[in-house]
Amino acid sequence: MPSTLEISPETIEQNRLYADMGLTDEEYTSVVDILGRRPNYTEIGLFSVMWSEHCSYKNSKPLLKKFPTEGPHVLQGPGEGAGIIDIGDDQAVVFKIESHNHPSAVEPYQGAATGVGGILRDVFSMGARPVALLNSLRFGSLERPRVKYLFEEVVRGIAGYGNCVGVPTVGGEVQFDDAYNGNPLVNAMCVGLIDHKDIQKGIAAGVGNTVMYVGAKTGRDGIHGATFASEELSEESEEKRPSVQVGDPFMEKLLIEACLEVIHHDALVGIQDMGAAGLTSSASEMASKAGTGMTMNLDHIPQREENMTAYEMMLSESQERMLLVVEKGREEEIAAVFRKYDLEAVAVGEVTDTKRFRLEHHGEVAADVPVDSLAEDAPVYHQPSRVPGYYEEFQRMEDYKPVVSDYTKTLLELLQQPTIASKEWVYDQYDYMVQTNTVVSPGSDAAVLRVRGTNKALAMTTDCNSRYIYLDPEVGGQIAVAEAARNIVCSGGRPLGITDGLNYGSPENPEIFWQMEKSVDGMSEACRTLGTPVISGNVSLYNESFGGQAIYPTPIVGMVGLIEDISHITRSHAKAAGDLLYVIGETKAEFGGSELQGLLEGRHFGKAPELDLEIEAQRQNQLLTAIRSGLVESAHDVSEGGLAVALAETLFDQELGCDVTLEGDLTSALFAETQSRFLVTIRPENKEAFEQAAAGAREIGTVTGDGMYIVKQKDVVMEEQTSVLKTAWKGALSCLVKSKA
Amino acid sequence: MKFAVIVFPGSNCDRDMYHAVKDELGEQADLVWYQEANLADYDAVLLPGGFSYGDYLRSGAIAATSPIVEQIRAAAEAGKPVLGVCNGFQILLETGLLPGAMLPNEKLKFMCHNETLIVENAETPFTLQYEEKEEILVPIAHGNGNYFCDEPTLERLRENKQIVFTYQTNPNGSAGDIAGIVNEQGNVLGMMPHPERAVDALLGTDDGLRLFQSILTYWREHYAINA
Repeated sequence: MPSTLEISPETIEQNRLYADMGLTDEEYTSVVDILGRRPNYTEIGLFSVMWSEHCSYKNSKPLLKKFPTEGPHVLQGPGEGAGIIDIGDDQAVVFKIESHNHPSAVEPYQGAATGVGGILRDVFSMGARPVALLNSLRFGSLERPRVKYLFEEVVRGIAGYGNCVGVPTVGGEVQFDDAYNGNPLVNAMCVGLIDHKDIQKGIAAGVGNTVMYVGAKTGRDGIHGATFASEELSEESEEKRPSVQVGDPFMEKLLIEACLEVIHHDALVGIQDMGAAGLTSSASEMASKAGTGMTMNLDHIPQREENMTAYEMMLSESQERMLLVVEKGREEEIAAVFRKYDLEAVAVGEVTDTKRFRLEHHGEVAADVPVDSLAEDAPVYHQPSRVPGYYEEFQRMEDYKPVVSDYTKTLLELLQQPTIASKEWVYDQYDYMVQTNTVVSPGSDAAVLRVRGTNKALAMTTDCNSRYIYLDPEVGGQIAVAEAARNIVCSGGRPLGITDGLNYGSPENPEIFWQMEKSVDGMSEACRTLGTPVISGNVSLYNESFGGQAIYPTPIVGMVGLIEDISHITRSHAKAAGDLLYVIGETKAEFGGSELQGLLEGRHFGKAPELDLEIEAQRQNQLLTAIRSGLVESAHDVSEGGLAVALAETLFDQELGCDVTLEGDLTSALFAETQSRFLVTIRPENKEAFEQAAAGAREIGTVTGDGMYIVKQKDVVMEEQTSVLKTAWKGALSCLVKSKA
Repeated sequence: MKFAVIVFPGSNCDRDMYHAVKDELGEQADLVWYQEANLADYDAVLLPGGFSYGDYLRSGAIAATSPIVEQIRAAAEAGKPVLGVCNGFQILLETGLLPGAMLPNEKLKFMCHNETLIVENAETPFTLQYEEKEEILVPIAHGNGNYFCDEPTLERLRENKQIVFTYQTNPNGSAGDIAGIVNEQGNVLGMMPHPERAVDALLGTDDGLRLFQSILTYWREHYAINA
């Protein structure tokens, strides 16, 4: 194989080599126009990764503009490594979610591990100490051996990386559905804490300043990772295993500590991690944001392998690397900080005033392009959109009316559905306690971390019921945001903002683009009503596997809320026998996309549950006020599996019992997934005050100490030991994993 | 009393240990970088958990070759309390300050949750504030916590009352249900569970606080008075 350097610009054009890199003929022509000549092999490589969907958002930009991104407490919206929100006392919370779907589909351990590594760097490159990791995972049916393998290895990969770097993995969600059989989703979220004065930006300011490279050496791993992430998975994807990077959490841990030390050094001008498209994106984005240019001498790049070409170095996605801009003449001061951690900081370039991105290698110019053309001038596509036939059919359908005869048996079956079942098998593998701030650990509605040295705490969650979004993207998008907010409120927090992890199929399919459009509309509206701006996010498209099977549209919501006083922290578990059970919100016969529908019919169809955002906001405010007034013992949102499941989950922690009386159609009362509902327990002496605070809340019974789950309607209609329900719920997932397919 | 918390590259429970001593015990603590330590100035040495050197080669194996180990050994020989938690325990095993070795957990998975421990010896410098056979709740978080030693060693540990904590329900396959052991002199304790994570009831349990209080009591009785 000839060296890539030898491929001439003419050959690239004649043989359309740019097409293999993911560029279209039109895009190639634009590059020629921008340069006024044919690009060489390195240059076309730079454009192909920077203009990939993964880096440029060329297909999603018009949609992302719809999100509300501003608010009085937003210190940094989308555009930097991560978004930042003020939490008072000159402190702020920094967070972002990112997908690592394609790498995880072909190499699940490293794919998931490096997903965690990447999102950590996004957060600490802002100057924040990472305090929590969350994730949102989607897999196909666990009956498939391949899916089981992916599930086990993804969880192991997340654990392997997060546990080692010492950032607790405190929460998340895992759902299973056939729609993800060929294309799992692995989205990782990181939350950091920062003092306002320490906020950093990824800018290459100050002409003449020095560009320094820190961290792991550059190897040939991950070349064209961003391009790989911007196409459908195919039978050839397996061959792209070399596009998957390999993580070194020990190196990351050293980088975290060194970077958090170096941000206090006044010689530091800018800092950014090398994520997707590695050196190319970090360097060109830093220069573009500062309105400067940059020259780099690639001979100085620390290299893991011999004879690397300019193309390989620039496109490598080797992990655990950072790019710094440092005041000229003070390089040694910065290098000394890193040396303590056995890390080398190397001068590799200079900030220029040319607005050009110029690379030198072996005494020759390897690339020379306008820096904005890489970072800013990627094409933007307005893809056509078309209402899918399935949606019109679902809308025309009569309401789905399930028939259930044995309520207890149905509840037992629902509790063992992998999406509902306890995720202990997963989170037991994660160190969710390190840093000793985790007040509410995985298994409640949201994770809660105290902010050491204050009375404040942070609540955080990831949520997205993609079945609703498939049935009705707009309403489903609203529900995703509303449900995340419910989880924050149930924990005693006020929702602050969201990061979005948008996962869809191919945007070039008009019906998929319609799903994207509508769900973003729905999310935007919910964000506006609930006062939670979008401060960061990530788009992952082309989530399709062999044969064009697209995933369910899955825009994941990562939300963080502020708990003003640790005394407001509330869990989803009932505390004591004798407490009263209340439901906030009325129940309708809504079963489209429900767990019960999946259980009985093996598929999801019909209309998604309705949502009234004004009512949602009102109920959330009422509940939060009641919690802050000390009237609420436990609060749990009613979601998958309906009230029957929510009730069981409320009782499990201490294996308490309940004596509940329900009205109306029992199947609906127990299993419908009507939105904007909460299950709350209160002490009897707070009855009057609570009913006043939460108008419309209905008392349905009491928590009992005999460990019996009892539901009545005139007569007893359900009677089972809570411990039996808990055993089924707790063991279901590990049972599914262990069973031989 | 002055505690040194040794920080190796890859330690990640160092700050938790520091806060436990400083904020909850109310005594002086320093985070001491492994290359810059002078342990002569300290009354007790704490080796925190984490993944020193990324657990590469074997958990604790590379840290056990650092020059600071000679200072730790000197502190142990001088009778100062030396506590190694999780990776700190693994390092103590690798240095030979404690007998035995660690295997991967029986189920080959990392595990993180609270475990009930039984205090087997309430007369060590680390357990004076506990009752013998008392049950305490302390978190574990490890992938290699399956303690192993040969039968004669296990027998010796039992005879000398060197087994300080056992698991009520063995989570990882460790020999003799061992969660923590001391050396023959009793002043070097290695344990897999994390007492520094159990010092504030807000986080679920404060059963570990008395371990630090015990060290302080011991020190006051044996050193502070003489000084």
